[in-house]
Amino acid sequence: MSNGSNLIDALFIFVLAGFIGFEVIRRVSPLLHTPLMSLTNALDAIAVVGAIVLVGEHKTSLAAIFGFIAVVAATSNIVGGFLITDRMLKMFKSSRPATKQ
Amino acid sequence: MSPEFAGGQVAIEILYLVASVLFIFSLKWMSSPTTARHGIWAGEAGMVLAIAGTLLRHGLVDYRLIAIALVLGAIIGVPLGRVAMTAVPQRTALSHAFGALCVTLVGSAEFYLRAPAISRFMMSVLAVEVILGGLTVTGSLMAAGKLQEILPQRPLTYKGQNLVNFLLLGVALVIAVTLVLHPERQSLFPFMVLLALIFGVLLIIPIGGADMPTVISLLNGYAGLSASAMGFVLDSKLLIIAGALDGSSGLILSIIMSKAMNRSFTNVLFGAFGQVQTQAAAGEAKPVRSATPEEAAAILAAANRVIIVPGYGMAVAQAQHKVRELYDSLTKRGVDVRFAIHPVAGRMPGHMNVLLAEADIPYDRLIEMDEINGDFPQTDVALVIGANDVTNPAARSDTTSPIYGMPILDVDKAHTAMVIKRSMNPGFAGIDNPLYYLDNTLMLFGDAKSFVGSVVRELGGGHS
Repeated sequence: MSNGSNLIDALFIFVLAGFIGFEVIRRVSPLLHTPLMSLTNALDAIAVVGAIVLVGEHKTSLAAIFGFIAVVAATSNIVGGFLITDRMLKMFKSSRPATKQ
Repeated sequence: MSPEFAGGQVAIEILYLVASVLFIFSLKWMSSPTTARHGIWAGEAGMVLAIAGTLLRHGLVDYRLIAIALVLGAIIGVPLGRVAMTAVPQRTALSHAFGALCVTLVGSAEFYLRAPAISRFMMSVLAVEVILGGLTVTGSLMAAGKLQEILPQRPLTYKGQNLVNFLLLGVALVIAVTLVLHPERQSLFPFMVLLALIFGVLLIIPIGGADMPTVISLLNGYAGLSASAMGFVLDSKLLIIAGALDGSSGLILSIIMSKAMNRSFTNVLFGAFGQVQTQAAAGEAKPVRSATPEEAAAILAAANRVIIVPGYGMAVAQAQHKVRELYDSLTKRGVDVRFAIHPVAGRMPGHMNVLLAEADIPYDRLIEMDEINGDFPQTDVALVIGANDVTNPAARSDTTSPIYGMPILDVDKAHTAMVIKRSMNPGFAGIDNPLYYLDNTLMLFGDAKSFVGSVVRELGGGHS
């Protein structure tokens, strides 16, 4: 189980990841703000890992039921989120003659 | 703990580390449309690694149930990935709700598995996770309902609304603090969740359609932060990182959106924009100049430079494909056509770009507000399609206007401004737009789709 130093480690990670997020997202073209949101939504559904453990460990029925619904919700975000982001990004075409980059 | 087991743990943690790095690259590649699709692959690869690593974990017994849940989620996810582009804002709101639902359920389950043996710090983080998650679930469902027009889009306000909301949140926080100090009082926990759920509903009731871009971004941020809090609870660094990335993305977008409306977060959430203006809208009927599709086509054909200003009305009328035809036929005649995109045009960040890209308009023709605003004085025609407040010159000059100070597209500075609009009824926020009464403005009355269609027919061509 987590003790004090683990929590401090976790705080360090949170703050540093927040900074990385800030710097990376700041550079995202406003053109792509909608796909950005659906992509971060899909990535955020990584919460599914916590839910999978709840279902898999099956410690209590409550935990398994909550976990089951959580896995369904998160998986639908992963699948739907990546699908729609890809569909959107495929639509963005340049008018400049197709020079492959 | 046997040595092999520890080795397995290390391997799983390394998979998670690789997944975290892939997630960061995924977002980094979103910086430009040319690399953005690599971003999806990186994200998908990271996701597969993370899920695979989790399935390898020691102590999982019920793989059948996991498999059923994963398949069921995929079955629900596929149609959600195939919705029409016009429905993307409500789909996004719905997926914020799903993400937050996952976090809230996992948080609740963890509470009952651990309480009362739960440290104060852990309980605080758990409370943050569940309160933020809970209010995001119902708040996002409300937002999705409003965007889908299942719920009334007009902001609903009543006296003492903010007081009620704050009190509710206050009680939820008091319960949270009580649980931190006395985790054995488990019966209080459902009330905390319930209050968070109710607060989410009440928070969105006073939000109007024009504020949706900010609110969706904010809910996105909450969903991310609650997932990060879940990472603390589960001691999962991957989850902390993914949540922090999502959280900062949502917060940055909300900052951009509120700046584009010259409003603060608190003002968006507690200001109830729409109801201020009901009396001003019923002003005297001032004369306007209007034009037929034939006249509009003639003016457009004679122009050298045209800027099209799309807004939510274009999405409602599903006019984006007709607009593409107009773009094609004007471009064929040698007219320089560009699109001016206001950050809050539409119902979510970047909404207009996606619709126009779907209609095959090249993305280098879609220009941000700050870049294109200086070009309006040298523009022959600015054609406004379904946008209102983002073109309202009162935002520059009229200190009494509720949108005073909001950055706008300087449509009125073009030689001719043409505005396609159903009627002279004021727009969603009910704010009168002086642009319509200017001498160089022509009103084009009608449905955006059919009007643009008639203009294209007049220009002859476009649809071959």
